[in-house]
Amino acid sequence: MKESQSEQRVIIKGTKEGLIFYLDDECSFQTLVKAIQTTLTASDQHLHKDEQASVILNLGYRYLHDEQRETLKQIIEHDQQFIIDKYESEVIGKKEAEQWLEKSEVKRITQIVRSGQVVEVTGDLLLVGDVNPGGQVKATGSIYVLGHLNGIAHAGVYGDEKAVIAASYMNPTQLRIAKYISRAPDYEASGVYMECGYLDKSNEKIVIDRLQVLPYILKQERAIERRMTNG
Amino acid sequence: MGEAIVITSGKGGVGKTTTTANVGTALALMNQKVCLIDTDIGLRNLDVVMGLENRIIYDIVDVIQERCQLKQALIQDKRFESLSLLPAAQTSDKSAVTKEGMLDIVQELKQDYDYIVIDCPAGIEQGFQNAIAGADHAIIVTTPEKSSVRDADRIIGLIEQQEIERPRIVINRIRNHMMEEGDMLSIDDILQVLSIDLLGIVIDSDRVIKASNSGEPIAMSTDNKASIAYRNIARRILGETVPLQSLEETKGLFQKVKSFFSKRS
Repeated sequence: MKESQSEQRVIIKGTKEGLIFYLDDECSFQTLVKAIQTTLTASDQHLHKDEQASVILNLGYRYLHDEQRETLKQIIEHDQQFIIDKYESEVIGKKEAEQWLEKSEVKRITQIVRSGQVVEVTGDLLLVGDVNPGGQVKATGSIYVLGHLNGIAHAGVYGDEKAVIAASYMNPTQLRIAKYISRAPDYEASGVYMECGYLDKSNEKIVIDRLQVLPYILKQERAIERRMTNG
Repeated sequence: MGEAIVITSGKGGVGKTTTTANVGTALALMNQKVCLIDTDIGLRNLDVVMGLENRIIYDIVDVIQERCQLKQALIQDKRFESLSLLPAAQTSDKSAVTKEGMLDIVQELKQDYDYIVIDCPAGIEQGFQNAIAGADHAIIVTTPEKSSVRDADRIIGLIEQQEIERPRIVINRIRNHMMEEGDMLSIDDILQVLSIDLLGIVIDSDRVIKASNSGEPIAMSTDNKASIAYRNIARRILGETVPLQSLEETKGLFQKVKSFFSKRS
């Protein structure tokens, strides 16, 4: 009787990307841990010892804090038979949600960023105004300048390589995306209207192109992202 | 109640003191009561440019440290009754001047004068902060050089954070032939970067240097472009609409005839 109950709490399904553990989200965490342990020992004999299987943990509506995640990870990866690929959950914490929101928001700032000034935002930046030589704009996401970009723009400050920089008039001293930097040529060059800069991963260089290519780049990025999350 | 105008630039040597002296003189010429304040403690120049060096008894630090009354330190100009100068100290400790001290002086002067014109030291340190403390308006002086425009931009950024009205710009030391050939930043280039209102343009002229050396501001004379330029600036400060000066040299009759013939041949 007890056995069958715990069987129901953990349902294992095999898919082409690996095993999915559907974990019951109504019982207590303690019960769940026990159920997992029982299931794992029960299924032990069915598996080839020398093969490692990646596991997706489907948590349903259960919220796990970091400590609990660690406990589950230890139990499941204990025999080194399984490796947790990722956690899937229908719920996220408030803090995490706020961070997500902040990261995905477009911050609109109306200002001329003058020499010596630095404007820094979390998320994307839409600057209505110019960035003068010596001025600097930074964003954890992408930067869009509705005006002249003559100073330094740093998109993806914390390493987001998918960030792009777009400007109505592109004549920057430096463009930075994540850890990559490109600078203006040493000869006097006039800027160009309606351009964007993005990171070309294959050459590890920042490429500057017409603004019109931006949809394709963003679409590509989105496609990659989709493949990563959904396979 | 008067208005306090600070004249600043960030970079040194672009003509802050000359502009202060001439704008002050031009305003006095238009029957305004004007007081000039030199805030460049330790490197005072304004009195020299105005030709008033020999009249200094007390200075701004004496006023702040209450060694004398404000009225005692003011020097009346030798040309205009309505023009006075509060000189900077040459030897005293720089840190003697504080924002509060400046604010008090400017407030007191505003009671008696129509315009207080404050000459700001170069840089963005304490001296600059003091100079802008009491100001209602700011005039930024720049030359058509990249470095000077860059500093002007920085200064505008700093001033925008204060409770000062939108600053206006004076472009000084324009060399027309260089601008025409594109060797110097054009007025449009400068305004495009700084995006603030233009108050005036002043041509680079030997006469300005000569006038400074003789302690007679160029705005006193009437026969050259630089003095007209300063008078125009003063008129714009008073609210008049004055068209921008044409920079081209007016050719004499002989030259006109010469160019006429050279075209034909």
